[in-house]
Amino acid sequence: MSTLVEVKNVTKVYKRDTLEIPVLQNISLEVPEGEFLALMGPSGSGKTTLLNLISGIDQPTAGSIVVAGTDIAKLGESALAKWRSNHIGFVFQFYNLLPVLTAYENVELPLLLTNLSKKERKERVEMVLKVVGLEDRMDHYPKQLSGGQQQRVAIARAVVSDPTVIIGDEPTGDLDRKSAEEILVLLSRLNSEYKKTIIMVTHDPHAAESAHKIQHLDKGELKAN
Amino acid sequence: MKVLKLIYKNLLRHKLRSLLTIVGIAIAVLAFGLLRTVVTAWSYGVEAASADRLITRHAVAFIFPLPYSYKGQLEDVSGVKTVSYASWFQGIYKDQSFENFFPRIAVDPETIFDVYPEFIIPADQLKTFKQQRNGCVVGKKLAEQHGFKIGDIIPVTGDIYPGNWEFTVVGIYSGKDKTADETQMFFSWEYLNEKSRQSASWATDQVGWYILQVDNPNEAASISETVDALYVNSPAKTKTETEKAFQQSFVSLSGAIITSMEIVSYVIIGIILMVLANTIIMAARERIREYAVLKTLGFTSFHVVGLIAGESLFISMIGGTVGLALTFPVCKGFGDAFPTMFPVFAVQPMTIVLAIGFSLLVGVIAAIFPSYRSANMKIVDGLRQIG
Amino acid sequence: MLFVGMRRRMVLIRFIMKIPISYNIRNLWARRLTTTLTVSGIALVVFVFAAVLMLSQGIEDTMVATGSRDNVIIIRKSSQSEMMSAVSRDQVGILSTFSEVQSTQEGKPFATADVVTLINLHKKGSNDMGNVSVRGISTGAFGLRPQVKLSEGRWFQPGSYEIVVGNKIHDQFNAIEIGQSVQIGSKLWTIVGVIDGGKTGFASEIWTDADIIMSEFNRGTTFSSYTLKLKNEQDFEALKTKMETEQRLQDLEPKREQEFYLEQSKFMAGFINGLGIFITIIFSFGAMIGAMITMYASVANRTVEIGTLRALGFRRRSILMAFLLEALALSSIGGIIGLILASFMEFVTFSTTNFGTFSELAFGFSLSPRVVGWTVFFFLIMGIFGGFLPAVRAARMNIINALRAS
Repeated sequence: MSTLVEVKNVTKVYKRDTLEIPVLQNISLEVPEGEFLALMGPSGSGKTTLLNLISGIDQPTAGSIVVAGTDIAKLGESALAKWRSNHIGFVFQFYNLLPVLTAYENVELPLLLTNLSKKERKERVEMVLKVVGLEDRMDHYPKQLSGGQQQRVAIARAVVSDPTVIIGDEPTGDLDRKSAEEILVLLSRLNSEYKKTIIMVTHDPHAAESAHKIQHLDKGELKAN
Repeated sequence: MKVLKLIYKNLLRHKLRSLLTIVGIAIAVLAFGLLRTVVTAWSYGVEAASADRLITRHAVAFIFPLPYSYKGQLEDVSGVKTVSYASWFQGIYKDQSFENFFPRIAVDPETIFDVYPEFIIPADQLKTFKQQRNGCVVGKKLAEQHGFKIGDIIPVTGDIYPGNWEFTVVGIYSGKDKTADETQMFFSWEYLNEKSRQSASWATDQVGWYILQVDNPNEAASISETVDALYVNSPAKTKTETEKAFQQSFVSLSGAIITSMEIVSYVIIGIILMVLANTIIMAARERIREYAVLKTLGFTSFHVVGLIAGESLFISMIGGTVGLALTFPVCKGFGDAFPTMFPVFAVQPMTIVLAIGFSLLVGVIAAIFPSYRSANMKIVDGLRQIG
Repeated sequence: MLFVGMRRRMVLIRFIMKIPISYNIRNLWARRLTTTLTVSGIALVVFVFAAVLMLSQGIEDTMVATGSRDNVIIIRKSSQSEMMSAVSRDQVGILSTFSEVQSTQEGKPFATADVVTLINLHKKGSNDMGNVSVRGISTGAFGLRPQVKLSEGRWFQPGSYEIVVGNKIHDQFNAIEIGQSVQIGSKLWTIVGVIDGGKTGFASEIWTDADIIMSEFNRGTTFSSYTLKLKNEQDFEALKTKMETEQRLQDLEPKREQEFYLEQSKFMAGFINGLGIFITIIFSFGAMIGAMITMYASVANRTVEIGTLRALGFRRRSILMAFLLEALALSSIGGIIGLILASFMEFVTFSTTNFGTFSELAFGFSLSPRVVGWTVFFFLIMGIFGGFLPAVRAARMNIINALRAS
């Protein structure tokens, strides 16, 4: 099992006015391919920051982050954007679907960044919607879907471009128990059946149980297991 | 007081948006003020007219002359104190541009300052004017604009009365108050008449119009009738009316332009309304959840409407006040740039009232729809809003 | 060719943007109320802008239309208008013998000696009066001004108290119908026809026989002007030189008919244009600010979406283009509505007193291609300026902060 994500000596310091706030201190972490990792920790521990760094929407103050062979800490913004579209699939706590687009169109969004033809895009979108079990609600708008259904659409969007890693930021944070359960089952399937590598931040111990491995963070440091 | 503080803080939430709205309203109110001042300045002559002056002119059109011989008869009409007369000379001074356009009128030096007591001239200057044939008197504002001083020669190329004319400045008159026109140039009609015998004989012994100063303004109507009756069968029929009516007839000639400007000024108000309504609706929509929370605490719809309307009025009044404040210096600049187009260019009290009134009205109307929506909203729906 | 270019442009936009245009359109629709208000505001602004331009164009059309290139008008030197001018019968006699003057089929000089004066008439629908030019023309000189055609009734009989009225006078003033009478001087004159002056100033005049007017107003033998048609346009200079050397014509000067009438309206046109420009500048600011407010709000409301799009990998410039296009869509919809509304102004006639001649002059509102072009340019620029800064703000958002906002 090769290492997919390698975080090496990463430090992240935020600057607010003249204040310097260290969020991550010299962190190192390895995530093998096919892993389902849960990052846990109290509020302010830096778990979300680490997630942001791995997914390329933020860059470290020091250190390197190598994902699928590329050190993304060194990439420029433009290159990062391209890299993200190819390698990362996001699932957010509040779904973050575009309210004026249908479920189909929301899922199609990442594919617009590729060179696929309309027909090819249709195939992919319909396929992933089937995987998440929402193929009969393709033309519904987010406000016509329940929380759990919206999150499933979000997951479909996350996998439609066949990304290297699926990143989840509190994916069950806003859902009731039953919907949360459905989402966790779906994520597990993606990991076991489709061999997707998943890194998830959560504060819910029950959600963390779906993962293979749990890493704890506190005050910007990884706790030994 | 707390309510005002809350409204103020709400405005600060979106500083840029509040600022833009205020600026937008201020610019519009400024435009409104300026346009209305142009409209009111157009009829300044009507306001400056004196109740004890009548103007007698050719019945068909002002530009047709009346015989000088009418003077004696007019003086005999009972109720008429002083008879003066004038002819529109104009001509071309330097060129036909706006700056060099000012009224150049041939008058009777003996009587002109009697019938226009609002024009004040030093006694010695008046004496020279009466004596010196080719002397002329200019208004103070005109003298400032062109740098005319006593002793300067003003050359004019005649158009109605052909030839090259030269006038020597012997006096500068000033207005009694701000409503008097200080942008005119007067010279002796005698001089004009004498010269016209050679170059414009068709104009000799003709005057443009008569100015009748009456003892009792209440008799204006009957005196006017009497005068016109004198000439009803003459080739040059007269029309006598109060100076106010005379000035008004000039204003109405440009009726279409004035009406257009008035319409545009109201369109401006309409636009202000749209801009403000837009902002207030956006603001209210964002805070639906908060208004719901207020209601759960025990505040009523009345309070919520008050917040919304308060914010709307706050913005419209600030914008309106800034715009109005700017109107004064802008109008001054405009008036100074075109002194002879608009001899008196002042912001009228009515304009101020309208500007403030419309700011208030717009503030109220803009708040109506969002107020209605928030008043009818159920608390549970409001709480569910993400905003 | 146009379609190929358009398709290519669409593909290019898609390439730059990646974000589908329907996203923008639907967002506008989702915030209908705000969109409607902004669009209405912009429509109003564009309407006033276009109307001002149309009036300006209408004035220009009238100024240019009144007068033919090969007609020359002889007036007294430095006369501001025909009413101030005087040309004697003797002088007319001399001028009519000049070889530069074209001849009619009967061998007579193709020219007219006009007498121009003013009367007062009541305007329709208001208490205002207007000064109307009355022009007495020479017998048989109807064809000299080809822009003027008889549209109703018949021409006046020379020697009788009959008049024809310009179509704009017929429309704008009270009791001006064929068969009715108008007081000119001490007599009543019968209206026997209506002339269509098109866009020319003659549409605001009353025409009759020169000799009758002259006797009625005791002018003796003095005309206001003498207008003649040149055999060749280029003969103007030759005519001018001839006049300068003829002693008895020293107080007269020739002008090309077009230039003369143009000068008469110049002051007026300049004034209206100046006023118009001032108004439109103010209105442009209004439009820009209105668009800006809406676009800023639009951006603010979709902060989370923008963060999401960026997280997904859409580039900053795609975001910028998307919002810029949204602003353009707003200003374009408002602009087109405003333009359509303005086009109705073509049915309106603007009639006022020309400062230069002291008589009534009617203009139309003219929606020329040039006006349309400038108006489109105007509202596109409004959209770009109004939308630019908000679009930049959207593009410059930090992904993390954007996602965090709600």
